[in-house]
Amino acid sequence: MKTYDAGTVDVAVVGAGHAGIEAGLAAARLGCKTIVFTINLDAVGNCPCNPSIGGTAKGHLVREIDALGGEMGKTADACTIQSRMLNLGKGPAVHSLRAQIDRNQYSRMMKHKLELEENLSLKQAEVVNLAQDNDSWLVTTRFGAVYRAGAVILCTGTFLGGKIFVGEVAYESGPDGMFPSAFLPDSLEKLGISLRRFKTGTPARVLKSSVNFSELEIQYGDERAEPFSFETEGELVNRDVCYISWTNENTHQVIRDNIGRSPLYAGTIEGVGPRYCPSIEDKVIRFPDKPRHQLFLEPCGLGTEEMYLQGMSSSLPEEVQEQFYRTIPGLEQVQIMRTAYAIEYDCCDPLQLNAALEFRDWPGLYGAGQFNGSSGYEEAAAQGLVAGINAARKLKGLDSVLLDRSNSYIGTLIDDLITKGVSDPYRMLTSRSEYRLVLRQDNADERLTPLGWEIGLISTQRWEKFLHKQEQKRRELKRVTSTTLAPSDKLNQILVSRGTSPISTGVRLSELLKRPQITYFDLTPVDLNRPELPVAVQESVEIQLKYEGYIRRQMADIEEMRRLERKALPRDVDYQKIRGLRLEAAEKLEKVRPENLGQAGRVSGVSPADISVLMIWLSAQEKNQEG
Amino acid sequence: MNRTIAAISTGQAPGGIGVVRISGPEAFSIAEQVFQAKSGKKLGELSGYQAAMGGIFDSAGEKLDDCVALVFRAPKSYTGEDVVELSCHGGLYITRLVLEEVLSAGALPAGRGEFTRRAFLNGKLDLAQAESVMELIGAQGRQAARLALAGTGGILSKKLDGLIEELKTLASHLAAWADFPEEDVEEVTGQEMEEVLGRVEATLQHLLAGFEKGRMYREGLRTVIAGRPNVGKSTLMNLLAGRERSIVTPYPGTTRDVVEESVSLAGVPLLLADTAGLRSTSDPVEEIGVAAARQRVRSAQLVLAVFDSSRELDREDRELMESLRDVPAIAVVNKIDLPCLLDVDLIRSRFPHYVELSAGQGKGAEDLEAALACLLGTENFEPGDGGLFTQRQRSAAARALDGVKQGKEALSLGMTLDAVTVCVEDSLSALYELTGQRVSDEIVNQVFEQFCVGK
Repeated sequence: MKTYDAGTVDVAVVGAGHAGIEAGLAAARLGCKTIVFTINLDAVGNCPCNPSIGGTAKGHLVREIDALGGEMGKTADACTIQSRMLNLGKGPAVHSLRAQIDRNQYSRMMKHKLELEENLSLKQAEVVNLAQDNDSWLVTTRFGAVYRAGAVILCTGTFLGGKIFVGEVAYESGPDGMFPSAFLPDSLEKLGISLRRFKTGTPARVLKSSVNFSELEIQYGDERAEPFSFETEGELVNRDVCYISWTNENTHQVIRDNIGRSPLYAGTIEGVGPRYCPSIEDKVIRFPDKPRHQLFLEPCGLGTEEMYLQGMSSSLPEEVQEQFYRTIPGLEQVQIMRTAYAIEYDCCDPLQLNAALEFRDWPGLYGAGQFNGSSGYEEAAAQGLVAGINAARKLKGLDSVLLDRSNSYIGTLIDDLITKGVSDPYRMLTSRSEYRLVLRQDNADERLTPLGWEIGLISTQRWEKFLHKQEQKRRELKRVTSTTLAPSDKLNQILVSRGTSPISTGVRLSELLKRPQITYFDLTPVDLNRPELPVAVQESVEIQLKYEGYIRRQMADIEEMRRLERKALPRDVDYQKIRGLRLEAAEKLEKVRPENLGQAGRVSGVSPADISVLMIWLSAQEKNQEG
Repeated sequence: MNRTIAAISTGQAPGGIGVVRISGPEAFSIAEQVFQAKSGKKLGELSGYQAAMGGIFDSAGEKLDDCVALVFRAPKSYTGEDVVELSCHGGLYITRLVLEEVLSAGALPAGRGEFTRRAFLNGKLDLAQAESVMELIGAQGRQAARLALAGTGGILSKKLDGLIEELKTLASHLAAWADFPEEDVEEVTGQEMEEVLGRVEATLQHLLAGFEKGRMYREGLRTVIAGRPNVGKSTLMNLLAGRERSIVTPYPGTTRDVVEESVSLAGVPLLLADTAGLRSTSDPVEEIGVAAARQRVRSAQLVLAVFDSSRELDREDRELMESLRDVPAIAVVNKIDLPCLLDVDLIRSRFPHYVELSAGQGKGAEDLEAALACLLGTENFEPGDGGLFTQRQRSAAARALDGVKQGKEALSLGMTLDAVTVCVEDSLSALYELTGQRVSDEIVNQVFEQFCVGK
């Protein structure tokens, strides 16, 4: 192929999905000359699956991205058409925000932000080759342009070697009718990077006017629609609703009758699908006793009649899809606008990465998003941000910023990917975090904004706003712990009506707020000297008081974990030579190359006995060095 | 880890046979330097579990002792490494000489608990089993040895697995319910959680109570024989000890110092102290003895209060009864071979545990044994059940219990389920720690520091 020299950049980002956007913006904002490649400029920040952002644990990720200075939360807020805080009533640790968004508006806004960003150029081009040249990387496009880059961040999503399956039909393709990145996989394998095949799927989009909503349950947004971003002022407005329907025995019969035509069951798909997001045929076959499965009809945006059928992804033939969708109440006359499909794609084995998301054996090469074996927009954006920050810092000669399990879901996500590896597309879950009561979505700013400020992604204005909020919180905590309420009929009436015992002597405000049944809001009529405060501050004070004991427990656990994390393992350990280490453990450790004992302990296949062998070996090393 | 270690693995006390154990890659070659088989065969030529008769020779070629060498081949040995055990004719002195020869042949002295540490590291034992071995070494009484054996068989581990399974099931249900709020995951009901937590709590409490009993078996009870002069305390002591431990004379006030002996009764080790008879005396030496006796009674875990059946109750007897109000005690009415003048009914009414015997005629020791078992509540205690042995196990179980209790409390307070979940997971992680499935360095160190040298 004839090529030409297209110039030099600091950072080249391959892909402009949710990972690529955050990676490109972070690198550019940290002063790197950045180029972001996309196969189709009209698909920047595309949502080829659900038209929503957030959800359980994913909402936490969006808040954390925002707290560090990422873009996803702000844009999602601007495009929200319905917002719900999930899990209200199950406790603050698992509260998770989810917003239905206008997907076209989201894509347009993100594209515009990239266009406006100084230091960043957005380019429609397919990257076909990647080669190392001394300390830099050569990135070649389909048109023969060769860019020299200090760092490359791969955010290839489902484009990389993408292949779509619908029934017996299969063809090479990217998502949403875009062409795939067909050449890059070879180039990566030539470098020596080990790739694997994953698959995911998406349900049909249907025409709104073909749905009969009269019998369907409506799901409204929250009365008080909260934004994701700590920067977004005020509340959001719900502008649309979702609907709920259910499958039935007829649906399942159609699916069972045609299961042989599913490429998954026929064996033509080799990729591994996500356990957490099974197709409807998977659900029907694996849970034959379940009489019905729930589905949600979600608007794809305000300026469109397309609706998304959440819970109904499928790779059955188009005519079978139509047949089973039409057995569902409300969908009897449904017209499919986009057919559901499964897509298979190449991704890397994330055990090759370090916590900066850089390939250990290919310095300057980073991965983020589905390329790293995760699934989901939010998981992708979180990794993109971390990869972008670290690529920029490396080029500036600064230390990597490493998030860990004790400060964020992002750190938990990355640690899981690079330590435990993935066997199917990885989805964030609250249960993946052992420090859930500490890593809440309401305190993401408290946990991460100081770091974002230090990195340089937080504006001075935002920083001052953050400090102000912290000060308000500090004062309010002080006030409620030093204010005593005398017993009164009014107060006791409130207490009794909430099902807790009345008081007979003066009680501190903080003590009352510790009662699980009593909220800040309940005490408004008797808490006369309460200052005007943002709801977020009140909530934060209340959670801190109510969950104090439990949070303390978790902080103790974190301390214990950090102790092991501080025991660094040398990079050049020859695990095969450590006597006493079982062969399986040595092989796993060789592959993962953990940074410290804490991480080593989380490697699957490494037993506690192996860890104590490592401990003994480490202390022997230390003794040798002393001697 | 690749060094070859050696130590005396039998007790550091005179005994029949002394065993020197050598473990590591050079176990055979080192043993061959000190041991010569009668058959002329090299130890390295033997297959695993084979024994050879022969002798131990020092570097000058002088024979130190006859010896049987037992060969174990890795991984089929206690440590998982090549092992040679040299069984000598004992005598602490000879065994030590043999060890010295082995060490000068190139073995390193084993550190505290190192054989078991290697067994653990080579995957031969799990953490709970390793700790049981340590208890087996330290076990004094018959019951304690059975307790420890139950542990090495992994009964404790199996019990814990049950608890872990139960908590894991609950925790994963809670997780599914929280992570998939819009899918119809069945709600976790408060009742369901209370039931699981209640069951786990009960099992843990049972285990922890068993620990206290287990400790009694391992460490023994400080037991004092008390009573006024010449009621037969020393005779009782000698009966229980099975030998003339205390000097016995017909004269009151013979025992002046505290005489101690370790005996086993009802499978429980008793650290028996025979004391001076309780009375006011003008003899300053005896006076000191009496004071010491009173002191012992106050700090005892068990008192055997001895009364003389052939005499009426006097002031000292009454004082003793009075001082034993809150002390676990067994009334021992002695000399029942003589005509009875004692107000037996009064004593029975004051002591729930009561025995009549004749120490002088060696009669009634079985009754005392039964009374002791009854007092300690050990009749129904089955050591083979598998229990907690060490402080580390106890504190992990206590933490697990604390987690479960906090979880129950959170439920009853009406806290949200995320708080309950955290408690459940804390409890789970404490149990994992107990089975060694998640080990921090301190735990491992703590476990192995408690081992004595050799197994």
